[in-house]
Amino acid sequence: MSQQSAFSSPGFDFSNSVRNNFLQEKGMPLPKATSTGTTIVGCLFKDGIILGADTRATEGEIIADKNCEKIHYITESIRCCGAGTAADTEFTTATISSNMELHSLSTGRKPRVVTVMTMLKQYLFQYQGHIGAALVLGGVDSTGPHLFTIHPHGSTDKLPYVTMGSGSLAAMAVFESSWKPNMERSDALALVSAAVSAGIFNDLGSGSNVDACIITATQTEMLRNFVKPNERVEKERHYTFRRGTTAWKSENIRDLIVNEDITLVGATGDAMDTS
Amino acid sequence: MSIMEYNGGSVIAMVGKDCVAIASDLRLGSQALGISSNFQRIFPVTDRVYVGLPGLATDVTTLRERFRYRVNMYTIKEEREIEPETFAHLVSSTLYQHRFGPYFIEPVMAGLSKTPSGGFKPFIAATDLIGCLNFAKDFVVAGTASAKLFGVAEGLWEPDLEAEDLFETISQTLLNAVDRDAYSGWGAIVHVITKDKIITRTLKGRMD
Repeated sequence: MSQQSAFSSPGFDFSNSVRNNFLQEKGMPLPKATSTGTTIVGCLFKDGIILGADTRATEGEIIADKNCEKIHYITESIRCCGAGTAADTEFTTATISSNMELHSLSTGRKPRVVTVMTMLKQYLFQYQGHIGAALVLGGVDSTGPHLFTIHPHGSTDKLPYVTMGSGSLAAMAVFESSWKPNMERSDALALVSAAVSAGIFNDLGSGSNVDACIITATQTEMLRNFVKPNERVEKERHYTFRRGTTAWKSENIRDLIVNEDITLVGATGDAMDTS
Repeated sequence: MSIMEYNGGSVIAMVGKDCVAIASDLRLGSQALGISSNFQRIFPVTDRVYVGLPGLATDVTTLRERFRYRVNMYTIKEEREIEPETFAHLVSSTLYQHRFGPYFIEPVMAGLSKTPSGGFKPFIAATDLIGCLNFAKDFVVAGTASAKLFGVAEGLWEPDLEAEDLFETISQTLLNAVDRDAYSGWGAIVHVITKDKIITRTLKGRMD
């Protein structure tokens, strides 16, 4: 008999579904996952694409992460911003990134943005919207710069400037008023930053810092925390407690330093035979 | 009421100067009824990595065993101890595998990772119930008292606390937060991980 694999088979595991559905029928709602109620944007400029994102992750009304990364790596010249269920955007982009690496290795060509877009939309369509990833995909390949939005159900758009997430309306207002074709790099970067900032300040689901990513035919520049308009001021007083404040009942200290006493057996021992 | 609140319990982890701390309460309940005041929720993974599993108690036990198995397999295959960053990704992928039928656990991890120069770097992380990683530089919280823990920790935490000071800060943060949460409390346990020792202390807490 062949030995059973020590590792579980690939794909999703539905073994808890019966139990979870039972609990749900008993009137217990399924808990909320971390979502990136986000502002993510992208726009075309003279030399390529600029992507932008805020850095807030929320769990209901609680801010779970004040400085998360929403611009995901796909390939060297293709990046993807994610909004929606945080775990879904993280894992879908990682899966596709990994597949693109294998794809470029097998074809011997640099991956194209349309290929990534097609793989993402087919993956998301297969799951009928249950994978809650709303994406802004941008990059430059042999056919030029491309910018797409991909919705959780698998539909896609190809536009010169795009926004997604809960702050998409605020960000789109900025783009609609100021975007022009063939913008200079500095102007486009300022516009992306203004669009994300509009989301940060006017949408409760978005906040903290602006991340940006400039992709041109020659290089990709990831500008992590490009603008930090919400830096926390240093505390005016320290709140350290005097040692011994907390009453404790028992203590156990596990020493990780291993002490060894070597006792030589035999008087002097014979010298090693090296002949 | 949500399944996440069925058994109660909370976990917090904090970064200090060349040390990390992870702490949890000790209550196991069945909704409002207290069952145990000595329920282990934090488990050692390796010498310098600990994981806390707040959430549904049946999944605490299941996932604890699952992680033990996967870490053992990793150790045998790689012939080395797992690093905390790697363990965080192991936890994350295990939970995401159950994306459409999740375990009701929000793990919190704390440990010291080895640097190339032979030193140790503090590491903490938390994930949601479907494995979305959150690498924080200050503190992470989870469980029924998470909203309260966020508030207290935000006020009390400061950078570069020595192991003993970190113990006071994490202990006070946890005790004061769980005192305002009906489903957490009934005593607490704190582990402070430093490069050469692990200090574990059980705290005196309110028993109501």
